[in-house]
Amino acid sequence: MTNTATRSAPSQTALARGLRAVRQAPPTAIFGMVVLFAYVFTAIFAPFIAPYGEFQVVSSVPYAPWDEVNLLGTDQLGRDFLSRMIFGARNSIGIAFVTTLLAFAIGGFFGIMAAALRGVADQVLSRFVDSVMSIPDLIFTLMLLAIFGTSVLNLILIIAILDSTRIFRISRAAAMNVVTLDFVEAAAARGEGLVWRIVHEILPNILPILISEFGMRFCFVFLSIAALSFLGIGLQPPMAEWGSMVRDNATLINMGDITPLIPAGAIALLTIGVNFVADWLLNMSSGLSDEA
Amino acid sequence: MKHENTSTLSRAAAIAVSDLRIEARTSSGWTEIVKGVSFTLRRGEVLGIVGESGAGKSTIGLAALGHFRPGCRVTGGKIVFDGTDMLSLADHQRRKLRGTRIAYVAQSAAASFNPAKRLMDQVVEAAVERGGQLREEAEANAVAMFRSLQLPEPETFGRRYPHQVSGGQLQRAMTAMAMICRPDLIVFDEPTTALDVTTQVEVLISIRKAIAEYGVAALYISHDLAIVAQLAHRVMVLRYGEVVEEAPIAEILSAPKHPYTKTLWALRSIEEPERPPSGDLLQVRNISASYGTFKVLESVDLSVGKGQTVALVGESGSGKSTLGRVIAGLMKPDGGAVMFEQSRLGPVVSSRTKDQLRRVQIIYQSADTSLNPRHAVRKIIGRPVSFFHGLSGKKREARIVELLRMVELDGSYIDRMPSQLSGGQRQRVAIARALAADPELIICDEVTSALDQIVQADILKMLLDLQNRLGVSYLFITHDLEIVRAIADQVVVMNKGRIVEHGKRGEVLSPPYEDYTRLLLDSVPEMSSDWLDRLISTRAAIAAKQ
Amino acid sequence: MGLVSNPIAKMILQRIGLGLLSLVIVSLVIFLAVNLLPGSFASAVLGRSATPDAVAAFQHQLGLDRPMVDRYFTWLSSALQGDFGNSFSKRPVGTIIGPRLLSTLRLAGITAAIAVPLAILLGIVCARYRNRLPDRFLSAVTLAAISVPEFFIAYVLMLFLATRLHIFPSLSSIRSSMHFDEQLYRMALPIMTLLFVVLAHMMRNTRAAILNVMSRPFIEMAQLKGEPEMRVIMRHALPNAIGSIASVVAINLAYLIAGVVVVEVVFVYPGIGQTMVDAVRNRDVPVIQACALIFSTAYILLNLLADIISIVSNPRLLHPR
Repeated sequence: MTNTATRSAPSQTALARGLRAVRQAPPTAIFGMVVLFAYVFTAIFAPFIAPYGEFQVVSSVPYAPWDEVNLLGTDQLGRDFLSRMIFGARNSIGIAFVTTLLAFAIGGFFGIMAAALRGVADQVLSRFVDSVMSIPDLIFTLMLLAIFGTSVLNLILIIAILDSTRIFRISRAAAMNVVTLDFVEAAAARGEGLVWRIVHEILPNILPILISEFGMRFCFVFLSIAALSFLGIGLQPPMAEWGSMVRDNATLINMGDITPLIPAGAIALLTIGVNFVADWLLNMSSGLSDEA
Repeated sequence: MKHENTSTLSRAAAIAVSDLRIEARTSSGWTEIVKGVSFTLRRGEVLGIVGESGAGKSTIGLAALGHFRPGCRVTGGKIVFDGTDMLSLADHQRRKLRGTRIAYVAQSAAASFNPAKRLMDQVVEAAVERGGQLREEAEANAVAMFRSLQLPEPETFGRRYPHQVSGGQLQRAMTAMAMICRPDLIVFDEPTTALDVTTQVEVLISIRKAIAEYGVAALYISHDLAIVAQLAHRVMVLRYGEVVEEAPIAEILSAPKHPYTKTLWALRSIEEPERPPSGDLLQVRNISASYGTFKVLESVDLSVGKGQTVALVGESGSGKSTLGRVIAGLMKPDGGAVMFEQSRLGPVVSSRTKDQLRRVQIIYQSADTSLNPRHAVRKIIGRPVSFFHGLSGKKREARIVELLRMVELDGSYIDRMPSQLSGGQRQRVAIARALAADPELIICDEVTSALDQIVQADILKMLLDLQNRLGVSYLFITHDLEIVRAIADQVVVMNKGRIVEHGKRGEVLSPPYEDYTRLLLDSVPEMSSDWLDRLISTRAAIAAKQ
Repeated sequence: MGLVSNPIAKMILQRIGLGLLSLVIVSLVIFLAVNLLPGSFASAVLGRSATPDAVAAFQHQLGLDRPMVDRYFTWLSSALQGDFGNSFSKRPVGTIIGPRLLSTLRLAGITAAIAVPLAILLGIVCARYRNRLPDRFLSAVTLAAISVPEFFIAYVLMLFLATRLHIFPSLSSIRSSMHFDEQLYRMALPIMTLLFVVLAHMMRNTRAAILNVMSRPFIEMAQLKGEPEMRVIMRHALPNAIGSIASVVAINLAYLIAGVVVVEVVFVYPGIGQTMVDAVRNRDVPVIQACALIFSTAYILLNLLADIISIVSNPRLLHPR
């Protein structure tokens, strides 16, 4: 007999495996997780952390310098900059997260269906996505926002739908690779229905790819919203948003004041952190598939 | 015409490897994959290295050129070539030896030629850049080499691009590329493995002729002892990175010392008696099928008797796997009928009843892709148990364990993931999944060709055992005539989408032969060192008569 | 016989046909997006209190009272002649956009002219020294560069190179009367910002494209023939990577388009990106349509060019059996 493979049986729980993975994570990933945790914490508990309200005018002087009361000074309307930063975390992250989730729901669903059904359905969906993708993202978004108006809901829907084309491509390609494998055919030969095949055979095999892709797409959506707000077409005042805070206080740069760079830096730090974590997840998921 | 090399090499060792140790990086650190291998190769001598996949053959072959793949490192030993230890040389010094004094012939010529450059540019590259030959001189040499390797239109052959010539021709072109500088040593790394049996013979003849003509020393790496026996003077048998046995070829074939060496022809030890024909279970009538406009099957008829094994033989592209898929309802035929116990099966899965589906099962070549890597054995085998027989809870569990026992695995394997099983164990699980349906016919599509010889023999024996106990019929799709000889009751030979011969094993595999069957049979290497010689003289005799 | 019997010419013609088709589809999308919602659109622009007369007048001004198919062909055919109609501010769209398009083309052109060769060169350097110091350094820097928003880079450059060190002007107001040197000097900061972003994306993808080829067996064969590493990359890997590098370059020029919009706003550079953002804020539909059509056309043409390069560089197509 050749039954010599005596590796430990998978007795550990998923939680224990997760904890072990985190302990063995590289420094960049740990840095990313710390950043991510800090941001999420700030976003959730914003009202308790912020010294002042989101819209509260605390100073009669616009662009007040940094002092003990207003740690980062005040903005162009005399509101506390630090408080706006903290509420901005909640708005920017929350909206980007919801948008990305929606994009994955739409793109993932159609992508997997296209791969599973093939034929006409696949052709129609793929050609549609191709033509949407032949208009540059930012330009398409700008145009649609001009037509539909810049409300939070419109912003989320437009960006989610446009970004779902990318996720369609990713999930379709990933599902295509799985669909052609023998175990999916074996299930079809057994007489299993389409839904069973998708849920049990295809989905578990492309989920790691989708999860690690989520980080990258989140960054892209997050940066898009920030850019739109910076251009004055994204989230509208008085809502606190990091991109628009850069724009509103940009004049300070010409006086050599770095305050407007703080929200821009906050955006940069988060995206770098997410990229680090996503990179690590990607490496793990490709490693996982040949180990456990 | 011998290459005039006045160095001391001519009598001494071409290469001497001593206590070579190489490690590879794995997820759990560095693992030794070559464990203190030593050998000496003299000028004009051919040393065969035989072993199964993962035995470290290729790693040793590449080490002879001082090349180590990314993720590999040398931890000890010496590789002495022309009086110097390759391992002590700097990169650029080793590079000077490669292509000019030590050359390499890779397994897949199609992938190993640069698709963007003409063959001639690639063949003469090393000779012109580092071998000190003038371009015209090198090209003339190449043309001479093409001619001696029997390549078509040798004068203009080099003007073609790699995709413009066949696999067998490419493999010979690569041999020419290796020979162009008249090296002292050539490493052949499974040069015929990717080829069909009939092409393999042509390439083997060319390689052997070239080695003899130029008197070069060669390391010939293969998993197939029968191939190595045609070329090598001595053979080194390798397992898990260690030398198991090294001896002259005659000795290895007639009196192998190590038990492992004997398992290399384990397959040839199976002798299943041929069963008399029985009533038909499956009948395929006049089936035609095509991919787009390309006809894959043309009016194919075939039948499988109850409890019988029918071997479906052919080279790649013969349409044998497509026929299996049509029978399983995975591909819609253009016309014809598949009859099971006198009733007609629908053309596709969705037009068949659950019971019809249950009775015909399929097992694939590679258990790596036929088992879902995210499902445990319990789910892989358990799903058909509950799907076809509605079992659940304890009964389902008990049935899964019973099925595992049938494929000679114990119940503890139920929680394993496919990645925690060896290749042979995975194929056993795939067999258990097919048995879970309680089928009457199992289509076995090259089920053992991805496995090592000894595992292959074990699995075949088990399948025969199961057949005797359960009375199940097999449609055994294979390109390997050894397997056919070992287990088939009936043999069906396919070529280019048509059936060229069918009948009882004894009739098909003994004279008088049908032409194509004879070609196939002749091309299968035999475990004797004079098979190729005999083949060449038979062919010469036939040619002389015509 | 003739042109079409040549398989390469046939493929290129097919690809050009496909490119034209996507241009038509894109123009249709741009046209429909604006015209599918005329009612809500008019009231959205004019406000809820607008009288029916005002709405009717507005619709007539846009030509929204004519049949849609008719309007599409009128719009498209005049757009093809460079006539995009009048903006809501009553000026012809052509005269608003024309000079600004030239400015943007100059900015994007200079950036691309520097970025493309530099990205390929650095990509080759990374591939040559993969996983060694130069590669690790460049990979870390470019990962950071693609993670941060364009305006962050823009303002950091502005803060240090303009406000603090006074090397370059912080605003890029250029006029056509200026000498080219003067224009270039004023464009320095926008060009540097764009370069940073585009170069990072392009270099990472070029590196990946080359390494992808480097993992194929014929590369190991070249090494086993004794080819020096640089020759392996230049003579064996690069000819096989041209196609994918071309499409990498084309795809990444899309970042140039997005980057141009933001960068023009930051540095108040009088280009078409700036114009489009203003038009979006004012909901000046004819200008938006024109800008969107121009950006999309540029993008489609670049991708078309990349596909043609990759067809022409494919030996299987160049030298059929």
